[in-house]
Amino acid sequence: MNYFPEEVLEHVFDFLTSDRDRNAVSLVCQSWYRVFIGNCYAISAERLIARFPRVRSLTLKGKPHFADFNLVPHDWGGFVYPWIETMAKSGLNLEELRLKRMVVSDDSLELLSRSFVNFKSLVLVSCEGFTTDGLAAIASNCRFLRELDLQENEVEDRRGQWLSCFPDSCTSLVSLNFACLKGEVNLVALERLVTRCCNLRSLRLNHAVPLDTLQKILVQAPHLVDLGIGSYVHDPDSETYHKLKSAIQKCTSVRSLSGFLEVAPRCLAAIYQICLNLTSLNLSYAAGIHGTELIKLIRHCGRLQRLWILDCIGDKGLGVVASTCKELQELRVFPSDLYGVGHAAVTEEGLVAISAGCPKLNSLLYFCHQMTNAALITVAKNCPNFTRFRLCTLNPTKPDPVTMQPLDDGFGAIVQSCKGLRRLSLTGLLTDQVFLYIGMYAEQLEMLSVAFAGDSDEGMLYVLNGCKKLKKLEIRDSPFGNVALLTDVGKYETMRSLWMSSCEVTLEGCKTVAKLMPRLNVEIINESEQVEVEASPDDRQKVEKMYLYRTLVGPRRDAPDFVWTL
Amino acid sequence: MADCSRKDEPCPQLLDLISKDREWLVRRDEQRRNGSSEDKKLELRLGPPGQDWTIKDGTKNHSRERDESLLSLSYFSNKASMNHSNSNSNSNPNISGTKRGFLDTVDRKTIEDGWITNNNNNGTQTQKFSSSENTVGTALSFLHKFPSTPQSLPVKAKESSQHCCTKVVDLQNAEEKAFSPTSVNTAVPNSSQKRSAPASAPVVGWPPIRSFRKNLASSSSSKPPLESQDVVSDKVAKEKQVESCQKGLFVKINMDGVPIGRKVDLKAYDSYEKLSSAVDELFRGLLAAQIDSSADGIQTKQEGEKAITGLLDGSGEYTLVYEDNEGDRMLVGDVPWHMFVSTVKRLRVLKSSELPTLCLGSKQEKTPLDAAAAAALK
Repeated sequence: MNYFPEEVLEHVFDFLTSDRDRNAVSLVCQSWYRVFIGNCYAISAERLIARFPRVRSLTLKGKPHFADFNLVPHDWGGFVYPWIETMAKSGLNLEELRLKRMVVSDDSLELLSRSFVNFKSLVLVSCEGFTTDGLAAIASNCRFLRELDLQENEVEDRRGQWLSCFPDSCTSLVSLNFACLKGEVNLVALERLVTRCCNLRSLRLNHAVPLDTLQKILVQAPHLVDLGIGSYVHDPDSETYHKLKSAIQKCTSVRSLSGFLEVAPRCLAAIYQICLNLTSLNLSYAAGIHGTELIKLIRHCGRLQRLWILDCIGDKGLGVVASTCKELQELRVFPSDLYGVGHAAVTEEGLVAISAGCPKLNSLLYFCHQMTNAALITVAKNCPNFTRFRLCTLNPTKPDPVTMQPLDDGFGAIVQSCKGLRRLSLTGLLTDQVFLYIGMYAEQLEMLSVAFAGDSDEGMLYVLNGCKKLKKLEIRDSPFGNVALLTDVGKYETMRSLWMSSCEVTLEGCKTVAKLMPRLNVEIINESEQVEVEASPDDRQKVEKMYLYRTLVGPRRDAPDFVWTL
Repeated sequence: MADCSRKDEPCPQLLDLISKDREWLVRRDEQRRNGSSEDKKLELRLGPPGQDWTIKDGTKNHSRERDESLLSLSYFSNKASMNHSNSNSNSNPNISGTKRGFLDTVDRKTIEDGWITNNNNNGTQTQKFSSSENTVGTALSFLHKFPSTPQSLPVKAKESSQHCCTKVVDLQNAEEKAFSPTSVNTAVPNSSQKRSAPASAPVVGWPPIRSFRKNLASSSSSKPPLESQDVVSDKVAKEKQVESCQKGLFVKINMDGVPIGRKVDLKAYDSYEKLSSAVDELFRGLLAAQIDSSADGIQTKQEGEKAITGLLDGSGEYTLVYEDNEGDRMLVGDVPWHMFVSTVKRLRVLKSSELPTLCLGSKQEKTPLDAAAAAALK
């Protein structure tokens, strides 16, 4: 039962303080109150509570990562209701709940809000299944709520007044993030809420909050540390704008800025002041800021440590980042022109410039039109501290355009140089060679994402054999088949999960794994209409989507029809 | 710029990888130059390359075998890729040597271009290299299409890897198991067949971003980012674009004698005439109410509401003017409509009698009209 090695538990605190997004081992820690469960199907709520009856903070992750990209059907699973129900029944004193990629119904939120008197913090990331009615329940019933943080969830708007449901007696809010909500909010209720919550430090608004409301809010809450601006459109000659400017100048504590879901670029001058102190800037939703305004803004941000931006910043813009943001540690560049309409956004040049100017860079997500081996080798030399390196060429099998070679060597240089690399995603034309490099050099690698890469089973085997700390492996559209899958099935018990879609594994291969490894759930997701459960499906058929994961509790009982657990 | 001391540690190792390859490849290159490349060229061209080639190679010892096939490859690939690599060698002096040596041999593109047609023997041959660490082997393994029997995996392959670490020995063991019909089937010479996503056709779940961002991106892609050229009107136009794309283009409009202003959505009109009639509609009632109230209670309702006409040509009681992005007051109607829309900041409906007293920008030539307007008012 206990296949979590002891030394892992010793490192519990390291994992606890890590960022939510870090892919830590699916581990259940013994020490007091906080429990992190990387796969909600690895263990059951009953067993959790039996082992940790005093748990106060629970983190749960549901769907596999590729669900973010629509590769997992909606009702695959990851329902939080049973967890909340069980915890409620057992009288647990739950205070914090953090969920990622889970299905959260309004009923669950309602039950949550009524069951735990001391409930303080709800963080939902990439979840779905709830509406603003569920939020209303949280607002109404959680009397000591400190944190309501909604990040990129699909929330149905019910046109209710959920914000107004915070009672007048609620003064405890420290963090409120509803930037992902699509509907209107009651602006007066919002202003009142901000006014009475003097401890509010983090506030992220959605697009429905206009600039004049923002101005009033900032007057009430000058101590904000983290601000997400909703709509930032106004006439820069107006009095409101001037009031905003002076309100902003008093917000000397703001260190993190995001949003600008709608923006009038001429109004940006008002925020230059706070840019000077920013350590985190997320403009990845600010499609309205580009060109010189964007660059002008960046020039003020000399202390930036984290920057999320759209690729319309261009290579030149990244050059400005490189010369301005010397403290930069994390950079994410998202694509803005998805349909390849035309203008080249960022290429390898921008990345090389960043690597040269920002030696502290340790985390990268970079969507680009092209990449070269030479650039990657240079980046590897300049920035040996990468812990997370994710590169995505928009054409997934594009070779080095200068040499027409695969990008094997470039990525090889990255894994060789960055000894602390824990997470890696690769694209571009890639052969088995790159996996050989990864197996050889990426000793700390915990998560690897592969798409349209490799030549043969060898590639996958290099990784499985070489990366001793591998926890999550997700592969799509790559020529890895049964041999790779079956060569070392014991490996999968040391990992959290393996995803393979559009590869070469067959039903027979998957069945074999399931037979050999009873402590794994091997799930086949079959969405096609020709699901003939009665007739025995051909074992030689290739499996479209396979997801296997270790578990203590056997096949799950909530799997929908199209999911077969072998 | 960067702290070099921190970099010293990883750099040598990185360069080691590259320099080792370079050494190894320099040796190969030398052999190539010294060897009879012409013969090899012929070998390659004879019939199904695999058959003849393997027959010939079978008589030599392993290391020569390997070198030859490597040499063959590199020769061929150099031939085809000469333009490519040579032209680029000047641009990246630091890397090009490595690149050229290291990467030529995996110039898969040229290999694909027709050299290898696959058969069992060829597959066997190539397997030897794929189980060593060199990249050529890998390129070859990529290419064999047909099932090849694992048992031909040689012990020799292990000898061939010269700079492997102990890890690699493990890997090679794995490699021996790796070959199977299944896996080989999937390797096709034409890279586009299995793996490549055609650039234009959408692939499910590609690029890998959350749907949240996709929605945002698609709405922004319709507006190509302008390189603003510090022309004020461009900036304003862009701003208006942002604003108007979301909300319509509302500007304030005030009328002399009417204390309350209105807002008008310029996006709703496409000509001055339509704007003019809209202004009429907006203010007719207000104006009438104003006149009523200013008449000290005397109800002159029978007058009703008077249409506001002649706004554009100076012929009416009122004239439409606007304030542009430079702060100047301008007469409405001089510039094309779209240009007007891009520079207008607010509108005013002035009494025509007051026109001569205003600074009209460059519209001084309108005096004849003014005179006419003034005359009309009398």
